[in-house]
Amino acid sequence: MRRWIRPALIGLAIILAILAPVGQGNYITYVLTSWLIFSIAAMGLNLTLGYAGQISLAQASFMAIGGYTTALLTLAGWHWMLALPVALSFCFVVGLMLGYPALRVKGHFLAFVTLAFNTLVFLILRNEEWLTGGNYGLVGMPRPDFGLFSTMKQHHFYYFTLTITIVAAVIMWWIVRSPWGRAFKALRENPIRAESLGVDTRRLTLLAFAIGSTYGGLAGALVTPLVQFIEPASFGVAHSLRILLMVVVGGAGFFFGPFLGAGVVIILPEFLRFTEGYYLIIYAALVIVMLVFTPKGLIGLGALLRDRFWGKRVARGDLKQGAQLK
Amino acid sequence: MSAPVLSVRNISRSFGGIRAVRDVSFDVQKGEILGLIGPNGSGKSTLFNCILGQLPPDAGRVEVNGKTVTGMRASSLNRLGVGRTFQQLSVFPQMTVLDNIILAGQEHHGTMASRLFGPSDAGLTEAADQMIAFFRLTHLRDTIAGSLSFGQQKLVDAAMAFMAGPSLVLLDEPAGGVNLTMLGSLKERLTAYNAEHGTTFVVIEHNMEFVMSLCTRIIVLAEGAIIAEGTPEDIRSNQTVIDAYLGGG
Repeated sequence: MRRWIRPALIGLAIILAILAPVGQGNYITYVLTSWLIFSIAAMGLNLTLGYAGQISLAQASFMAIGGYTTALLTLAGWHWMLALPVALSFCFVVGLMLGYPALRVKGHFLAFVTLAFNTLVFLILRNEEWLTGGNYGLVGMPRPDFGLFSTMKQHHFYYFTLTITIVAAVIMWWIVRSPWGRAFKALRENPIRAESLGVDTRRLTLLAFAIGSTYGGLAGALVTPLVQFIEPASFGVAHSLRILLMVVVGGAGFFFGPFLGAGVVIILPEFLRFTEGYYLIIYAALVIVMLVFTPKGLIGLGALLRDRFWGKRVARGDLKQGAQLK
Repeated sequence: MSAPVLSVRNISRSFGGIRAVRDVSFDVQKGEILGLIGPNGSGKSTLFNCILGQLPPDAGRVEVNGKTVTGMRASSLNRLGVGRTFQQLSVFPQMTVLDNIILAGQEHHGTMASRLFGPSDAGLTEAADQMIAFFRLTHLRDTIAGSLSFGQQKLVDAAMAFMAGPSLVLLDEPAGGVNLTMLGSLKERLTAYNAEHGTTFVVIEHNMEFVMSLCTRIIVLAEGAIIAEGTPEDIRSNQTVIDAYLGGG
């Protein structure tokens, strides 16, 4: 029975995502599109942090690199679809380079290295006015037009983003279910043992950063045509922390965690707007309560409820046989 | 006689003023089970780490099947056919037993690209099931490894070391913390594997009964140097060894 539950839930989620903007105005559709985009960015960080165990506080900087590369190229007349591979390749290479410090430093120290990188990118974007427009940013980036299908309307852009999100999710699913995914988890759980079993932990660490950063770049490349205006402040350290929050709240190391986490960070505040001035306080309190009771994130809540109502699954199936070989 | 599977030549390693390993040399032949024993602080673990590339020796070299591997990374060493177990628990606690075993073999199959585009089990489920069955863990195949008992995790650790079909396995205190019943079974499984596959073992162990009954040859270290070498019977009656363990002489 359990075999079909997951595909059924995924199908239901896709149908809900298709129906979500129906009958909604431009603003709600914009919020939903933002949710999809940040889900992609969080998916990337989830690979780096959740699966491979490498802390990164620089995901917003990769959104910036992807966003600005796409913006500059589309403003120069490139089609978005042509600018995208350039932006993604750039993010992959820079992500790979950011992975090198992770070969030497771990934990809090690595967090600070990535945080410094995010600050560096922010300062470059702010100071190199000749290229990035400085504090004023870049405006007027066109949305992709495919002849028969233009993304100029907010709903159309939503469905365009949804398609890309599904493709990105399928690729991520492929990666994490492949032997690479198993090796990423091994890197997170016991890197010394993994290395002793032939896993090239150096290459894997670099790949975790590079792939995660590419997803950040993809999210940035989608922000550019969505907002049609980008400026450095949208990609500061605070935004990297927001993406980290999405991963942690959703459930780090769980495939669907980023979608839930991005939903909490992007959509939940919209639901709380009726509380007016109190919404940030309520939102913060909700996040704290959530993390205290489900440290594994919202995905962990499912297991918690399952254990409570259906009884805890017995992990030790050997007790009757005794802890022996014979 | 064919070339030794493991050849350790004049290995020395110091920490500050302390000479942890002093000019140690020995060979291990194919199919041999060599025990490496010695009192605490005798340099066993340092020597082990020098052989496995985790500590660069100050002098000397290590050869595996005639190839110099001194200071080689653990992953490269593993791909050359060197497996190992750890003194501490070293399974991947959030993965199932099956995934632990598959992981131990997957890096030996295909390229990075083929592992990405190939099947999720790297085509190893059958081989992993055989290895799990060999260590009589079939009833725990789909159990999360971190929830197993200490002894069972030791068995998973051992099964992982053998999954890639190594020519040489270094076992770091395999008996440590394992109950008596399981200890006998572990020894029986290791002996059976050695007999079936002709795999060479080097075992560091404190449990004298275990090491004397498992190994065909024993090297005794004290203060970083080899003080005795021979069959278990020779070692048992060697006065220098008795003195080293009792602190006499």
